[in-house]
Amino acid sequence: MIRADHISKTFEGRTVLDDISVEFDTGKTNLIIGRSGSGKTVLLKSLVGLHDVDSGKIFYDNVCYTDLGFKERKMIRKDIGMIFQGGALLDSSTVRENVRLPLDLFTDMTEGEKRDRVNFCLERVRLVGADHLYPSELSGGMVKRVAIARAIVLNPRYLFCDEPNSGLDPQTSVVIDNLIQEITKEFNITTIINTHDMNSVMEIGEKIVYIHEGHKWWEGSNNDILQSDNPELNDFVFASAMAKRAKSVAK
Amino acid sequence: MIKLFENIGRYFMLLRKVFSRPEKKSIYARRVSFEIEALGFNSISLTAIISAFIGAVVALQMAITLESPFIPKFMIGYATREVMVLEFSSTVVALILAGKVGSNIASEIGTMRITEQIDALEIMGVNSASYLILPKIIATIIFFPILTLFSIVVGIVGGFVIAYCTGMMLTGDYVEGLFYCFEPFSVTYALVKGAVFAFIITSISAYCGYYAKGNSLEVGRASTLAVVASSVTIMIFDLILTQIMRV
Repeated sequence: MIRADHISKTFEGRTVLDDISVEFDTGKTNLIIGRSGSGKTVLLKSLVGLHDVDSGKIFYDNVCYTDLGFKERKMIRKDIGMIFQGGALLDSSTVRENVRLPLDLFTDMTEGEKRDRVNFCLERVRLVGADHLYPSELSGGMVKRVAIARAIVLNPRYLFCDEPNSGLDPQTSVVIDNLIQEITKEFNITTIINTHDMNSVMEIGEKIVYIHEGHKWWEGSNNDILQSDNPELNDFVFASAMAKRAKSVAK
Repeated sequence: MIKLFENIGRYFMLLRKVFSRPEKKSIYARRVSFEIEALGFNSISLTAIISAFIGAVVALQMAITLESPFIPKFMIGYATREVMVLEFSSTVVALILAGKVGSNIASEIGTMRITEQIDALEIMGVNSASYLILPKIIATIIFFPILTLFSIVVGIVGGFVIAYCTGMMLTGDYVEGLFYCFEPFSVTYALVKGAVFAFIITSISAYCGYYAKGNSLEVGRASTLAVVASSVTIMIFDLILTQIMRV
């Protein structure tokens, strides 16, 4: 479980997050949604510790992350996997080297154990036979799958995904969504996904937090969203005429 | 001015992070050998070409300038050696490498910053500054003095070849000049300068890349800034080291 308690963040006098309190459950795919510039990426990066919050606390399974020193944070970070928007794979390393890096740095596994673990993770994301390729030789979907494999290689307890479907076609997006959800259930991870892909919201949104102008505006599940009367949320989720008609039919 | 002090402060804070204890020494050792190849071996041909031509040009210029019956011909070899050892092979080669290696480091690390590769390392719990920068610093500190030595040899050979080909002087005179009043400490001085300049180029360029933000334009700016800042710092330290070590 990850909990944010009244967190706020400003950049050069501009408030980006304003008194946000939210809890993300273990074993569920938790989604943060919102318009571009609403503060959802800042929220995700604050939760993971890439931004220090100005006020408020962040808890990882009741351990106050914001109060921890550099070394203690480092210990928690080893339990964190993160999938970045562009994949953030190391350009100078092959697929295998990218996935293997955390094992090299933080485990005392033998060569054979490392090889087996990397093979397992690559098979888990259905990416066999591409381990010798460099990131520049991969398609967008493959990059995301390598990023997932790298994120899960150390058996993380927390998984963060920053717009995992950006730049992908709808079919590949579904594959990535399903993969993240499967991994979340299989390893009982606390997964937080930052997205504005409405297919993801409807398919895997077990818990959804809507961020609007730096505030937590709405919270619920993918089923609740269809029934919600929140005007800002409806404007965002059902932006197109077709989506509005779909909602009225669903109601 | 405040911005300058802010940058200097941030530079030293980054260095503190760079020199903190590495996660796993074996991984760093592997990265150092990779960087020696990427930053060192790949600079050999450029250093060789420039040093050979400069050595030849210096010898030629000396031959023209010192054309007097009162000045012995071996002075050409002597002057070529002094120019190569004292200034060219350490300082000028460092300035040239600031352009090649410095911009390479700044753009590589800058691109890693804007494509979130550095964030990814941080999230894994890796000290990204140490992991990315320390192997480059160690590699260049090891290899740049070797390049300096190589440049001295190639430059002197360049002078010898031009002396032989043009017939402007006897090669024996040139060789005699090379050993005339030779002070071995001057080579030590050149090697020390090579190592110090290697540190300056690598750390400043890495700093410029590490704090790049925004887009590819910013990476380009970081790269340019790295070359300019390294070059200016090299000149300042050239003055300081010359004063301290006085050959």
